[in-house]
Amino acid sequence: MDLFGSFALILAFVCAIYAIVAGIAGIRTRHPLILKSARQAGMAVCILVTLGMASLVYLFLTDNFAMAYVVGHSNRALPTFYKFAALWSGQEGSLLFWSWLLSIYVFSVLFAYRKKHPELMPYVGVILAGVQLFFLTLNNFIASPFQVLGAMGPDGVMQIFTHADGRGLNPLLQYPEMVIHPPNLYSGYTGFTIPFAFALAALLGRYPGEKWIHITRRWTMIAWCFQSAGILLGAHWAYAVLGWGGYWAWDPVENASLMPWLTGTAFLHSVMMQEKRGMLKVWNVWLVFTTFLLCILGTFLTRSGVVSSVHAFAQSQIGPWFLGFIIAVLAVCTWAFIRNRDYLHSDNQLDSLVSRESSFLFNNLILLVACVAVLSGTLFPVLSEAVTNNKISVGPPFFNKVNLPIGLFLLFLTGVGPLLAWRKTSLESLRRNFGWPLLGGIAAGAIAFPLGFRDFYALICLVLSVFVTLTVGSEFLRGAMVIRSRGGANILSAVAQLTMRNTRRYGGYVVHFGIVLVFIGISGTVFNKDQQMEMAPGSQMQLGPYTLVCQSFESRPGPNNNYTAERATIEALRGGKPVMMLYPERRFYTANEQAGTMVAIYSTLKEDLYVVYAGRSPDTQQPVIHAYLNPLVKLLWLGGVIVVLGTGLALLPNRQAVLAIRAVAQPATAGPVPQPVRVSMGRYEGQD
Amino acid sequence: MDNRAKFGIGAVIIVGTLSWLAVVGARESKTYYHTIPELAALKAADLRLRMRVSGTVRPGSIARYTGRVDFVLEEQGKPLAVSYTGTEPLPDTFVDNSQALVEGKLAANGTFVAEKVQAKCASKYEPAPGGQAPGGASGDPNKKS
Repeated sequence: MDLFGSFALILAFVCAIYAIVAGIAGIRTRHPLILKSARQAGMAVCILVTLGMASLVYLFLTDNFAMAYVVGHSNRALPTFYKFAALWSGQEGSLLFWSWLLSIYVFSVLFAYRKKHPELMPYVGVILAGVQLFFLTLNNFIASPFQVLGAMGPDGVMQIFTHADGRGLNPLLQYPEMVIHPPNLYSGYTGFTIPFAFALAALLGRYPGEKWIHITRRWTMIAWCFQSAGILLGAHWAYAVLGWGGYWAWDPVENASLMPWLTGTAFLHSVMMQEKRGMLKVWNVWLVFTTFLLCILGTFLTRSGVVSSVHAFAQSQIGPWFLGFIIAVLAVCTWAFIRNRDYLHSDNQLDSLVSRESSFLFNNLILLVACVAVLSGTLFPVLSEAVTNNKISVGPPFFNKVNLPIGLFLLFLTGVGPLLAWRKTSLESLRRNFGWPLLGGIAAGAIAFPLGFRDFYALICLVLSVFVTLTVGSEFLRGAMVIRSRGGANILSAVAQLTMRNTRRYGGYVVHFGIVLVFIGISGTVFNKDQQMEMAPGSQMQLGPYTLVCQSFESRPGPNNNYTAERATIEALRGGKPVMMLYPERRFYTANEQAGTMVAIYSTLKEDLYVVYAGRSPDTQQPVIHAYLNPLVKLLWLGGVIVVLGTGLALLPNRQAVLAIRAVAQPATAGPVPQPVRVSMGRYEGQD
Repeated sequence: MDNRAKFGIGAVIIVGTLSWLAVVGARESKTYYHTIPELAALKAADLRLRMRVSGTVRPGSIARYTGRVDFVLEEQGKPLAVSYTGTEPLPDTFVDNSQALVEGKLAANGTFVAEKVQAKCASKYEPAPGGQAPGGASGDPNKKS
């Protein structure tokens, strides 16, 4: 099966080369058959990589311990579910997984647009195949997952060693989310290849019109959605598994995933400037290039050992390959830009500082500053060593100091931006749109301050969150009122109709609301409390409104002898009434002699009670319990779900308004239809 | 004044403020990497800065007291006495002969007072999965091998 897998990967490699060569030939000759064969070669890569992936799955499921990769990341006792996670838990497998996801994207693009954009697609095909070729080179020649453990015997014949059992999967990865977090994040990373290919293709081919920008925006949204979900799932995994009470530590690997997200977010906003006003073309193209480069750079940083990260202690040989690839991509992009930069001239200028345009400009500026700050903080040890010969690292205070004000400014723009008119906004419309929401926000702040919201940032965050929520709410309400006054539907169905008529706009609002929840969730950290204590059975700990009573503690074996666990049974009481039994646990995995923590969490919308079994006291042998009270964390995860739903909504096609033809039978009670007619017409945002 | 200039001024103010915050943040949290043999050669002023030192835990040197854990790190035969005073429990991988990375300051008596300890075990297990989820989250370095 390993031979089958390697063979499939080699064939995929050959197909990718063919797709490039035939694609270039096709662009030169315009011969339809050559173009078709190039496209089909590109699609064949997907099938071949899928076969390679399938054979690796097979090797894991059959416990083939002659394979180096399987030995390193699995063992017989590992539950089948986690054998899938083991696929991407190491360097080689995760690179193959990367290639596989990329090939699925490429297949979808080549298939979906096979009859469209005959000028653009050949370029797209060549660029995509080029990126695939790089990863397939790694899969085949640098980090093959199909290496057999063996050595040359004295007779010159290869002797294969088969281990009796594998070394097991890292216990930190033996958690359900580890099965869904990497696929999400990788789908994000690989997904940004598609917008990159379209942007570069349009530039190289001087593709006329703005059609490519619609396609690019759509695919960016898909990748962005996966990336957002991946980041939050990773944060949640860290929260639930690492047992230190938090979810984000500005670790290089986390930063690596955040950077393309920031530039991707910037692009999703600034692309509207190009669609509507023909501005920022150069900027947009470079944002797409940068996003893609940051995806590759992130992978490089975390896999090469350049920056020491808790994720990537292991040094590996693939660093130079990634660096080479980054330089090559950058060179191609620069060359294409210099050659065709006149293609990107701007049609309009900024008309007013109080306009949608300028809100997007500030949004982009600040997202980019955040990205640069995160990048320089991550690379600080490398940069400082190069400049001062002293290796210096910066910690969370650096990242927090810069990114908190940025986050709040963005939150402000989230509320303001969508309601500003294009070109120029009058003072009157400012007052109309923002008066009430702003008052509401300030009122919320005034109520919260005496209740203990004393932290400056947390207070501002609250005011802005209420403000943004009210502006988003008023937009829905205003639009729905118009529909209702015309059609007589009830308000909820009017909201639904409204949303479906302009999914992109209202989906965007839903995403904004999700982001507000994420911000509230993050601001909760200001009020975190924690306490650690040795707890003999019967002893109590008081934390906030909760009383924790240790009932007992015990050792017990896990299923299949995969691990043995020590766990405490702790009853949580609130106001004297029992609310939940908590079982914080510490596991010792047999195969690799490592320990893992299972945090017990009692989660409510208001706060999480987070209990960790921190080990036993060396003196008394009693369990040490570390309990945290983390307010509002649940809103963070909830916000993430809403962001994903909103993005999904924005990707749906618009439904045409049916009631436009309906007789204008205005109910007598309805007043004159005010301004908002423009809600559905004036700000119509173009469909793909 | 034309709008581009206005936007430019706004941008300069924003970027300037944020850069200032970045400098303050960096000054507050910057940590120097040193090796144990290097420590002896450092100037007095440099010894007072926050630093990160790595080494191998000398077998049998781990002594646990209430509120602190003492141990000795070694690198190229040079020892460094470390006293860990952090509140986080030490990582599971922190054992005799493990590779540890400590972060903190050097006290006047030459003991290194660590606030953070990261460790990876020298066992047969391959260290942290190199390719695992580039991105996603980790968390406190304390907790990972």
